[in-house]
Amino acid sequence: MAGIWIVLILIAVFIFIVVGIYNSLITLRNRADNAWAQVDVQLRRRYDLIPNLVETVKGYAKHEREVFEKVTEARSKAINAGTVKEQGEAENMLSGALKSLFAVVESYPDLKANQNFLMLQEELAGTEGKIAYARQFYNDSVMKFNMKQQVFPSNIIANMFNFKEKEYFEIEEPAAREPVKVEFG
Amino acid sequence: MYEQITRNKWKSFFLILFFLCLIFALTWAFGELTGWGPQGFVIAVVIAVAMTFGSYYASDKIVLAISRAKPVKKEDYPYLYNVVEGLAIAAGLPKPRCYVIDDTAPNAFASGRNPKNSVIVVTTGLLQKLNRAELEGVIAHEMSHIKNYDVLVQTLAVVMVGVVALLSDWILRTFFWGGGRRRSKSSKGGGNAAAIFIVVALVLAILSPIVAQLLRLAISRKREFLADANGALLTRYPPGLASALKKLAADREPLEAANKATAHLYIVNPLKDIKGRVNKLFSTHPPIEERISALEKM
Repeated sequence: MAGIWIVLILIAVFIFIVVGIYNSLITLRNRADNAWAQVDVQLRRRYDLIPNLVETVKGYAKHEREVFEKVTEARSKAINAGTVKEQGEAENMLSGALKSLFAVVESYPDLKANQNFLMLQEELAGTEGKIAYARQFYNDSVMKFNMKQQVFPSNIIANMFNFKEKEYFEIEEPAAREPVKVEFG
Repeated sequence: MYEQITRNKWKSFFLILFFLCLIFALTWAFGELTGWGPQGFVIAVVIAVAMTFGSYYASDKIVLAISRAKPVKKEDYPYLYNVVEGLAIAAGLPKPRCYVIDDTAPNAFASGRNPKNSVIVVTTGLLQKLNRAELEGVIAHEMSHIKNYDVLVQTLAVVMVGVVALLSDWILRTFFWGGGRRRSKSSKGGGNAAAIFIVVALVLAILSPIVAQLLRLAISRKREFLADANGALLTRYPPGLASALKKLAADREPLEAANKATAHLYIVNPLKDIKGRVNKLFSTHPPIEERISALEKM
């Protein structure tokens, strides 16, 4: 009789542990997915800011058409990018285009003092920072999720329920990690 | 990191328990000295429990009120909001509410009982004197205080140390102004026991604020190094916080809204009068040079 009880208790403990590990894997996966969604939110915010910025700069510097076109083109490319890699490339292009836009602004002192422009510039800088931090948090979350799938004993459960490791977000070009630097003398 | 969080939650629990006992003992002593007897005992229990719950739920509000911090809108401080939002994303926490103290002395602190109910407070001087990388370093330091649940321990400590100080003050006053009368009355029967009571109550009243003070210091000093390190992990840029600390150390202006009870909350000592060996023992912050060199070695 006692033997049956011991077996039953062992089974109960085993199930308890499996459920615990399974739930923590799900939690970690959701956290990573959520972190990726946060990156998207911030990228979208950046796309939304750019037309406003272009309009404001246009008001002061009408004939710099080339720069505006480059920014607009890069923006729509980034929005319509299919794969993560394509998007990364488009993002790099966009950052470059924005850099030249801010270089143009340098020669318009009135624009540099415009309240609306300053606000947009701050928003853009803030959003760039948030994108970088959201990606960093995504990578941190992925690291925790992948680690859980590799270490014993949770690797057994992960295999059993077919959990897949997630990919890190990486940028080939180190300069792309840096936000667009705008220095006013 | 997660061990830190569990440890801090336990620490808060024991802190509450310890202060509960201390407040209980003090109110009992108060009751004995004033000659209220059993009623004093009931009052002691009620006050102790009310203080504990009150400080758990309202300590952040009390601290904000003491520091004269005002809530601010995003439209007025977009710079601060963007930095706080960015680092909340990096730490994976909900965005803390932003408060500003109108003072030119640069300083900052965080408060709240958990990450969902947290606030970050900066002075207007901090916003003016630091560049973006430095401000991010400071906010990241505060964000890791929130993530580690340091804010809970620290904020509770402010209120509870205050309560103990207040109670012992009452007891000493009761003793000086009314104690003599009671002593002569009780000396008719069992004068010895009454005398012992009074001595115990007095020792308790004198010692408890000192004990409370030392306890508060013990919990706050080590936490600064840890928050510096975790903050650097969030920004991945230790020089930002290092150069911010240099600027804060070089600034000699004291923060008017800070006092001895809230000094340990701030990122650097807001009172600016720490010099000499005795003061080092009672200092709420580790020497700023040590913190900077720790950051520079990362």
